[in-house]
Amino acid sequence: MQPFIKLSKMSFKAQKYIFILFIIVFSIGVIEALVLSPEDYKQSDSVRIMYVHVPSAWTSVGIFSLIAILSLGNLVFKNKYFLLIAKSLAPSGLVFNIIALVTGSIWGRPTWGTWWAWDARITSMLILCIFYILYILSWRILENKTSVNKVTSLISILGLINLPIIKFSVEWWNTLHQPASITLSGSSIHSSMLVPLFIMTAAFVLFSILIFLMKYNTELIKIKNKGLDRI
Amino acid sequence: MIYEFINMNGYGLYVWSSFIFTLVCFISLYTVIKLQLVKEQKKFKTKYFDLTKDVSETVRKQETYKEILAFTNISKI
Repeated sequence: MQPFIKLSKMSFKAQKYIFILFIIVFSIGVIEALVLSPEDYKQSDSVRIMYVHVPSAWTSVGIFSLIAILSLGNLVFKNKYFLLIAKSLAPSGLVFNIIALVTGSIWGRPTWGTWWAWDARITSMLILCIFYILYILSWRILENKTSVNKVTSLISILGLINLPIIKFSVEWWNTLHQPASITLSGSSIHSSMLVPLFIMTAAFVLFSILIFLMKYNTELIKIKNKGLDRI
Repeated sequence: MIYEFINMNGYGLYVWSSFIFTLVCFISLYTVIKLQLVKEQKKFKTKYFDLTKDVSETVRKQETYKEILAFTNISKI
């Protein structure tokens, strides 16, 4: 009994710290976003939607990139942990994608006068959402280990092609969606808006790490449970 | 002042619904993943404590089962 208590305490300590850190950063971010940051001269207070829309879109795209890289890594190095990590990342990626789509739609109503447009950026984000759903569904539906490895890797690698389309869609096509305000060369956003944006992004990343750790632990225990069944 | 904060120059409905939707998504995802984790932990505890002391000791000596019997630790990530 003693080692179990000791080890499970260790296991959940990191989760606990990340959870506390997330609550702190998220609270600061929300106060900054809703109270302290200024309204936009053109979009007025509707610009505050940016503080949930942009970080969720960034996190969602980032997570899918990781999933695709891990799947490629699995194909090259045949390491089962790569797939397990990728599988554990997917739920938070999907939820961030849905948040980006829904908040984008809500933001679109006062800004563009419509909830939805088949615009290149929005459509490519919807396609990413479909890739996420297919990825998660194939883990649930397929039972054969070899086929699930192949199918999930294929989905994530195919989905990888969509990522540069999301990024450059606003440059390649004439879209309703505005071009990127933050690039490697600099930002057109004032620091009073940039600070809350980065705080919220940090909070979203912390949340995805927390969910990843919990999901990864669940997957490991599932494997152990299967192992115990064999004893 | 409170009304102004809630109203947000007429954009309150859009801003608040976006933030509330995000919060609801966070809480839902956290709850679902937490429930899955607790369920699997309960299963593991039941199965582990169902093993007789002799079986547990024997399998502990075998390499293959060592990992199975080791309790989940995030340091493995």
